[in-house]
Amino acid sequence: MSKISRKVEDINASSMADISFLLLIFFLVTTSMNTSMGLQRRLPEPLPPDHQPQDVDIKKRNLFVVKINSLNQLLVQGEEGWDIRDLKEKAKEFILNERNESHLPEKVLREFETLGPMEFTRDHVISVQNDVDTQYQAYIDVQNELIAAYNELRNELAQAKFGKLYDELEEQQQKDIRTVFPQNISEAEPKNYGGVR
Amino acid sequence: MSKFREKEKRGMPALSTSSLPDIIFMLLFFFMAVTTMKEVTYKVRIAPPSATELQKLENKSLVRYIYVGSPLREYRDQYGTTSRIQLNDQFADVSEIETYITNERSAMKEEDQNVMTVSINADKDTRMGIISDIKQALRRAYALKINYQASSRASY
Repeated sequence: MSKISRKVEDINASSMADISFLLLIFFLVTTSMNTSMGLQRRLPEPLPPDHQPQDVDIKKRNLFVVKINSLNQLLVQGEEGWDIRDLKEKAKEFILNERNESHLPEKVLREFETLGPMEFTRDHVISVQNDVDTQYQAYIDVQNELIAAYNELRNELAQAKFGKLYDELEEQQQKDIRTVFPQNISEAEPKNYGGVR
Repeated sequence: MSKFREKEKRGMPALSTSSLPDIIFMLLFFFMAVTTMKEVTYKVRIAPPSATELQKLENKSLVRYIYVGSPLREYRDQYGTTSRIQLNDQFADVSEIETYITNERSAMKEEDQNVMTVSINADKDTRMGIISDIKQALRRAYALKINYQASSRASY
């Protein structure tokens, strides 16, 4: 009888740690922590096969052309020797056209639900053209600066109208700001400089 | 003095390690939550370009990847050093992208098909010619939402 009343021995759990270590190491090896970040873009819809690429009639003042040549040099609005750092300011000036100048895109007045009446450059287009030998990094840099220009303009407008950043606004407000500053970045077909959006 | 010595000889009580598994399990769950399974094994060398205006890629199950870069050293003999496209686990040609995207899309649920994103994961030294070809192929396949993968950097 004395044997039964004795305390039951503990199960040895010291190998539990080893097992969980093994699992841990397995997961460390097979998974990756990278959070994918990137520039979101939207491609234009494909042309129907029988469609002849035609010159879309965009007024010259509404067009902002950035060309990148095979040596990654920029040609902005026909001027050579631009530095990538100045591109954003130039693009902002073009999109905004603050003083309503005649060589910058024409402005259109529209009534918005949340913003009230606004004059904005509805028809402006930024065209990015690259060479076959352009480096990918240079292309991404240009895209990045143009997106940055739009993001800054959106934030500035959001600050002026609502006192908040663009990301913090409600959906309708964001939508209206997006209408004022749409990301009209057109990418011409590589060899065809007709520029179909 | 002798009294002390007698006590030491009895030995220290064993350090309890019973909470060690719990701690490790906590670590394990942490890593399971924050990491994702590797998509593929790379066969091309990819050093992503850097940019500042990045957006996070949401909903990974709706994202398909296209890798572009020069082949890793072990594949150089066979494929050379010029930039190549990798789809899933193998090298591919530009002409295969369209079928690949169409197949991937038809494998998705119907409501997800419109929001599929294609992420172009290219090396920063790639020439734009191959990227333009990919973009044209994606346009033809009606995969219009794209994402240029890049790493973040501070502005100039």
